[in-house]
Amino acid sequence: MVELLQDKDRIFTNLYGLQDWKLEAAMKRGAWLGTKEILEQGREWIIDNMKASGLRGRGGAGFPTGLKWSFMPKEVTNRPHYLVVNADESEPGTCKDREMLRHDPHLLLEGCLVASFAMQAHACYIYVRGEYIQERNRLQAAIDQAYKAGLVGKNACGSGWDFDVYMHHGAGAYICGEETALLESLEGKKGQPRLKPPFPANAGLYGCPTTVNNVESIAVGPTILRRGAAWFKSFGRDNNAGTKVFCISGHVNAPCNVEEALSIPMKTLIEEYAGGVRGGWDNLKCVIPGGSSVPLLPREICDEVLMDFDALSAVKSGLGTAGMIVMDKSTDVVAAIARLSYFYKHESCGQCTPCREGTGWMWRVMERMVSGEAETSEIDMLLDVSKQVEGHTICALGDAAAWPIQGLIRHFRPEIEERINNYRANKPVFVSQVAAE
Amino acid sequence: MSARRLAKEQPDSFVLSTASKKEIGKWVKKYPKGRQASALIPGLWIVQKQAGGWLPAPALEAVAEHLDMPYIRVYEVATFYTMFNLAPVGEHHIQLCGTTPCWLRGAGDLKKVCESKIGPQKHGGTTVSADGKLSWIEVECLGACANAPMVQISNADGDDYYEDLDVENFGVLLDDLAMGRKVSPGPQNTRHTSEPITGAKTLNTKGLYNKVKKKKLPNTGKAKAGVK
Repeated sequence: MVELLQDKDRIFTNLYGLQDWKLEAAMKRGAWLGTKEILEQGREWIIDNMKASGLRGRGGAGFPTGLKWSFMPKEVTNRPHYLVVNADESEPGTCKDREMLRHDPHLLLEGCLVASFAMQAHACYIYVRGEYIQERNRLQAAIDQAYKAGLVGKNACGSGWDFDVYMHHGAGAYICGEETALLESLEGKKGQPRLKPPFPANAGLYGCPTTVNNVESIAVGPTILRRGAAWFKSFGRDNNAGTKVFCISGHVNAPCNVEEALSIPMKTLIEEYAGGVRGGWDNLKCVIPGGSSVPLLPREICDEVLMDFDALSAVKSGLGTAGMIVMDKSTDVVAAIARLSYFYKHESCGQCTPCREGTGWMWRVMERMVSGEAETSEIDMLLDVSKQVEGHTICALGDAAAWPIQGLIRHFRPEIEERINNYRANKPVFVSQVAAE
Repeated sequence: MSARRLAKEQPDSFVLSTASKKEIGKWVKKYPKGRQASALIPGLWIVQKQAGGWLPAPALEAVAEHLDMPYIRVYEVATFYTMFNLAPVGEHHIQLCGTTPCWLRGAGDLKKVCESKIGPQKHGGTTVSADGKLSWIEVECLGACANAPMVQISNADGDDYYEDLDVENFGVLLDDLAMGRKVSPGPQNTRHTSEPITGAKTLNTKGLYNKVKKKKLPNTGKAKAGVK
């Protein structure tokens, strides 16, 4: 029996908005508690403790957060430092940052101050995706409260550190979740990723040293520092430390967001919190475990796999954003992945040829696989083209478009072949499997 | 990528309202001096609201002039970001999420509701009802997957998410909008937000929310003196 996380160890105590989001209530829940003392310990202490906590970035790539902070230049020259918070949550299957923005905005703002102080940034921009209009209004209201209470602004929290935090928003472009595209967008341009190097830590926003972090990575910071790196590290396996907000969507009885310890078995997570798979666990077909970009996993793997970075990469998938998309046996999985191919085609910024042309090509072939109007040999051609898109573009959108298709072919090749054969035999290409009652 | 062009029929002129200028001014103040281009996206959003839900070409010119930017930079941004509508939309503009997590939970059926009540899907464009009350477009993931399927509805009152939809409640919602009746955003079933529909199993421990006490910071043996 797996031990579940207890409420006392949850960081986002208002994840569902059942409590008041405003400053006074947030302070009662522990936000902005002793922030001045945290800053008084100094930058090195903050960064060392963040490193010791084992926190890995929560936006998808899983890069150690403390280490990222330490990449910023040690001395501030005539170019100011910036912290930019990536709240451009757009990965299909992911809806966790939204809950933090609208229900626990003060945890985020406190995290912005602590992280900015550690990186000697006097200004922080929070880039909220364009569609989150209520969320950005809520965030702005929280910012106004924090200014009024002297928690941010000149001499923030009485620490002697001047700190400004600004809400910024986009206008509907998935690609702006890529950190350099986000910076371009924040400068008022099309969101087209930049070549790296130079990395943002050297030349980011307005050409100045910049660190871009996900909402969740920043929001958990102060709690980790207050409760100790060892506390955070006590959850999850080695190298996969801490708690994480998981989003569970698709064919489950009770879709939800929930904060749990990393390394929880996928089956436990789905059965304990999301009411189980529709029609029972045996009715499970596959799960996309970490947002649409990571390859799907068939049921055999889902039976045992743990939800953390290393366990999921060992089965050739990834934790990504921890946005799980569950599909039961009634699912037309080829069509489900084809819909994702359309998504990537739609969201490609058009800058790199392999991605701009490749995503459209892959989508068109996927659509033919859906209808069965394809040659069996084209499955290998599709796989081959996906490998030529992967790794040959400036940013990871090309990879993200390739991986779902590769996962589909790896685990459900017979299903694609069957459709092609059915089409030729003039039979219905797809017949939904309904759970045995 | 999505190729988007300006509408063929355009008004002759567009004047930025004083209120819009004031709102844009607030944004310009957020960025360092000389970086007013950063206010472009929020600025276009404000102007789209002023213009009744879409961006006519003369409005782009007005924004370019106001922010002291070349027109082409504004054009690029307006055509790149999909929340900028380049043609008129209905009084209530419905953006229906059609990406896989919503699709798995019945977004396809919601599309049929839109088609029957508003009009057939125009791929890559917006379908506006004959009376101009409603319009709809299929969009990509809106980031509310645990409350799928869902739509975002924009009108003069704001931009809200309507979640946990099904064919029945979505049909009623569209009828209410068309009749000018009041509707309430958020989940359209019994859920509060993204907790399980069976009720939250977590975050219900009593006393957890009002008695967090300050403790000594851990690991401060080698504390640094003061903030430098």
